[in-house]
Amino acid sequence: MNIPSVHLGVIDYSILALYVVFVIGIGFALKRQMKTSSDFFLSGRNIPAWVTGLAFLSANLGALELVGMAASGAKYGIATCHFYWVGAIPAMIFLAVFMMPFYYGSKARSVPEYLKLRFDERTRAFNSISFAVMTIFASGISLNALAKLLHNLLGWEYNISLWVCSFIVLLYVLKGGLTSAIYTEVLQFFMIVLGFAPVIYLGLKDAGGWDAIKQKLAGVAVNPSAYNLADSASTSFHSDAWTSAWKPLLGGPSANPMGIDLFAMVFGLGFVLSFGYWCTNFLVVQRAMAAKDMKAARNTPLIAAVPKMLFPLLVILPGMIALALSATQGKGYQFPKAVIAEAKMPAAITAVRQSAASGADVATTARALSLAAGTSFNAAKVEELLQASKSGAPIPDAQAAIRIQDAVVNDYDGVILSLVKRYCPTGLLGLALTALLASFMSGMAGNVTAFNTVWTYDLYQAYIAPDKSDEHYSWMGRVVTVAGIILSIGAAYFASMWTNAMDIIQLVFAFVNAPLFATFLLGMFWSRTTGTGAFVGLISGTAASALFHACTISVGNLPGVKGGYIHTFWTLPSDMAQNFWLASFAFTVCFLVTVIVSLATPRTKSNEELTGLVYSLTPKQSVDQAWYARPGTIGVVLLAVCVILNYIFW
Amino acid sequence: MGLDIRFPIGMMFTLIGLLLTASGFFNPDKTSLGININLIWGVALLIFGILMWGSALRAKGK
Repeated sequence: MNIPSVHLGVIDYSILALYVVFVIGIGFALKRQMKTSSDFFLSGRNIPAWVTGLAFLSANLGALELVGMAASGAKYGIATCHFYWVGAIPAMIFLAVFMMPFYYGSKARSVPEYLKLRFDERTRAFNSISFAVMTIFASGISLNALAKLLHNLLGWEYNISLWVCSFIVLLYVLKGGLTSAIYTEVLQFFMIVLGFAPVIYLGLKDAGGWDAIKQKLAGVAVNPSAYNLADSASTSFHSDAWTSAWKPLLGGPSANPMGIDLFAMVFGLGFVLSFGYWCTNFLVVQRAMAAKDMKAARNTPLIAAVPKMLFPLLVILPGMIALALSATQGKGYQFPKAVIAEAKMPAAITAVRQSAASGADVATTARALSLAAGTSFNAAKVEELLQASKSGAPIPDAQAAIRIQDAVVNDYDGVILSLVKRYCPTGLLGLALTALLASFMSGMAGNVTAFNTVWTYDLYQAYIAPDKSDEHYSWMGRVVTVAGIILSIGAAYFASMWTNAMDIIQLVFAFVNAPLFATFLLGMFWSRTTGTGAFVGLISGTAASALFHACTISVGNLPGVKGGYIHTFWTLPSDMAQNFWLASFAFTVCFLVTVIVSLATPRTKSNEELTGLVYSLTPKQSVDQAWYARPGTIGVVLLAVCVILNYIFW
Repeated sequence: MGLDIRFPIGMMFTLIGLLLTASGFFNPDKTSLGININLIWGVALLIFGILMWGSALRAKGK
């Protein structure tokens, strides 16, 4: 990554120090309230809805989202909003209206414990073990990304960044448990919004406003390879491909930069992955379960949905601004990209010349270049380079070096920081970097608190040491908080050591997450679902994910960690399309197998045992709220606003 | 709960707002696109911070 490094002034460090003092101070201020294990793991179920609502959002908002969504904004444009308006809001409303009454009303202390109450120990064990492993790796990936970022941007030593940031999170979670994590997540929410808002304002002003951005992006869409945004020089999209959310999708995978078809977007992302994450992931559901009463618990996702709907302004727009600036003459903005070391350039020039002489194709040349230069290259630019080398007189070394450097792929992950560097004078710079640090800490604290609860209640108390005292479980919670942080650091080192580590970890996430919602959907809404059906369905869904991955690949990838290692039955247009179709396939298999096995196996739970756990068997409670304040009404209003947003950016 | 989270949030942003405002006031040449953004945003954060801890104090007084 080559984001120009920055130097922090005294005021920047002062803002950073103030933030650290306050988050640790909150942990210490809450220490006295941590009397029982329920206080430590569940916040004593005593937190108001506006606090749990903002924490619900903030726990999900890791540094990877801030950096990654800005990158996607540049690569795919406004279609990235689908991750919010299709991939989050409907699921959050569904959670509030239909699922929260069962999670909160069943008095389950965690999502895996709900599975135990509804099905049996097998399903709980499978879910809690896979969830515990995933949270540690998610935390480690985020930690690794942050330490690398601080190293590249500020020159801070990787190991020191890793350990210091982890220690700060450990300190406040250890002292104040889940309450401390939730309270600091609210503080971090405001820090993220207020830290990045001025950058967005200045970026919009610099680019000439939204209309000017649309005009520039229309030029990018018809010739994306000129901006390293397409692998072929002949690729061209309709002029609104970067500024319309739905029109490019309706044209099919070849008409939009994501390479996605409508079914994969609506069913794969909008239903399977979205509902699978927001409705079953204990990391976010835990915030709602800490609310002070049922009303607050149901309002938690609804409150979170309001800022979530507007978050594309904060996280996606910067990428679009950066792309518009790079396409504007005289702005002097270029996407960050890796710089090939001087020592490696002769080998890269030789690789191009040898490829041209031997008649190698573009893919082979790009691979040879990557090996020689240690970075990735844009296929369209490599093709131009190859043609120039084959025709006429050889290109002089100096000119070849410039063209090879130009062919290096843009580092879109550096977009948000390149804008921070461009617009923030000392002072505001400290605020923006503190916001970045806050986004990482909120994500990590969320993972650690979810991990310590699932470990203590669903694994340790359930299988290792049942019938111990409450103090013992409180003590175990603190021990496992330390262990969780240390394991996260280990996962960060793992992610940093192998180039394929991130791909492998995310692959495991996809395998486990994809079928999960089918189990919950059938469990909550079909009383005939049996424990055996749920367990066999989950295992089948996970196996189906792995099989689908082994038999499919996306364009431009070689068989291996990207799939297709058994046989390639289907080549998909993009990695994202492969992920969405994998999720759809796994969900369908899990759903069908669960239904078939449930019908073939006897029920082990009576209707009385399932009261409060299954929709049809739970008496409807009279609501003492005015019609306009009920979750259903608020949900409909939020959904309508979401539809309007989709219509505006159609 | 014993701690009203609005109080620490308000105090933190008040202090950050003061720092930014002072920086913008004493270094008017440090601008972005010709705007003294430190001064403007510093005052905005100062107001936000005071409103936050002010509302916490009001709730406590009721």
